[in-house]
Amino acid sequence: MADRIPAPDLLPRHATRERLLHWLVAVAFVFAAASGLALFHPALFFLTNLLGGGPWSALLHPFVGLAMALAFGLFALPLWELNRLTAGDRIWLDRLRDVVDNRDERLPEAGKYNAGQKVLYIATVACVALLLLSGLLLWRRYFSGFFAVGVVRFAAVVHALAAFVLVFATIVHVAAAVWVKGSIRAMTLGTVTLGWAYKHHRAWFREMTRPSSGR
Amino acid sequence: MALQSLDIKQRSATTTSPPGVRAEATVELAKLIDTTKCIGCKACQTACMEWNDLRDEVGDCNGTYDNPRDLTAESWTVMRFAEYENPKGDLEWLIRKDGCMHCADPGCLKACPSPGAIVQYANGIVDFHEEHCIGCGYCIAGCPFDVPRISKKDNKAYKCTLCSDRVAVGLEPACVKTCPTGAITFGTKQQMQHDAAERVVDLKSRGFENAGLYDPAGVGGTHVMYVLHHADQPGLYNGLPERPHVSAMVRLWKGAAKPLALGGLLVAALAGWLNYVRVGPKEADADDERAAERAKERTDG
Repeated sequence: MADRIPAPDLLPRHATRERLLHWLVAVAFVFAAASGLALFHPALFFLTNLLGGGPWSALLHPFVGLAMALAFGLFALPLWELNRLTAGDRIWLDRLRDVVDNRDERLPEAGKYNAGQKVLYIATVACVALLLLSGLLLWRRYFSGFFAVGVVRFAAVVHALAAFVLVFATIVHVAAAVWVKGSIRAMTLGTVTLGWAYKHHRAWFREMTRPSSGR
Repeated sequence: MALQSLDIKQRSATTTSPPGVRAEATVELAKLIDTTKCIGCKACQTACMEWNDLRDEVGDCNGTYDNPRDLTAESWTVMRFAEYENPKGDLEWLIRKDGCMHCADPGCLKACPSPGAIVQYANGIVDFHEEHCIGCGYCIAGCPFDVPRISKKDNKAYKCTLCSDRVAVGLEPACVKTCPTGAITFGTKQQMQHDAAERVVDLKSRGFENAGLYDPAGVGGTHVMYVLHHADQPGLYNGLPERPHVSAMVRLWKGAAKPLALGGLLVAALAGWLNYVRVGPKEADADDERAAERAKERTDG
């Protein structure tokens, strides 16, 4: 997977492997979330049509979920260290009001990921892990029969709760991508402008433009 | 529904009211299984196979009379045999015809995500409409009696229909029709409760002081009821639950969680969009680009 050398006014943000995995996760998420929400609330049952109707949704949902968990694991685990919360992040989180109101100059400098992205990362990792475990218990065709019915019922509640948090987090994720202009190209083309990095991730910008950064 | 006898009272995964113009046109019906009259002949199982065109695989013997060993997608009723040594030291052979209890508050229907795959008729029968079943198995998690089974052949859930097709045209269920000892009877729920009460008095006079009717209130009562010699210990009858109820987990999952979660997601999406409209994008402007260039040149230089 050859990564193109970016133009001098651009910084590389997401390598090709990362971008491909991200979009695999995204596609799997859309199908898993649609079929899952369809079975969660009757008002959304029409979403089963996305996978070809009710029986196909029930049949495919666990496989799609498994694919998502696998791709997500490969995508997210290497990012673990980068998403550890720091003291600066706590200040960032205390100033959420400024984040919402676009007073970004009042926020502490962010590294490659800001505190909001880190919280989202941690929540997503936790939710996907919970969804994977509870989903296996709920998978009637292969697994549910091996567990007491009380365990399966508990798994159903955990699955619904974790799915809610994950869909919520994804709404925030998509909203942020729309909100912070110049972000989407980071995950499609792999690069961001110098100004983007300077404004939104100043600490990362410095790190990337240091002579010793190898660029 | 074309037949008044199949008027629907509840429908799975449906948030609007069922057709309700015909008020109380139908009385509640019930099957009464008198375990104290049952001889374990399995004629009811055979009648069920016969009427419903079910041919389960021939299984094997596990050292009991239970045959087949368990309910399956093709065995909707199974006689369960228990050997109980009573406090006097005598052996009692407790035989229970297991199958769907047709709860007034059905956990399967509550859990089912597919609109109309599970219905409850005004007469109390809980019926699976397999053509709408998606094979998810939530009904199994919802049932307090471990009754529904998913077929390996077609991935649909099956269970006793209480012969809804026979009942709809004024016939009694096949098992009732065939029972040679009169242990299974069928009629209005009120009549069955009345008959059971008489039988319980009779049993008490014969020394079964804890005889009683099993019509558990935790599921709103059932439309299949048992007369038990030991109504104080239903567990003796191969684990008949003492206080069955729709699990609190299922109630949460298929109750409060649904509107709360859906509302929460809608609010999140709307709030995200409206805030974007209110404050505008977070965007690096020309000043930022220039500042970034200068900062880069300094470090490069």
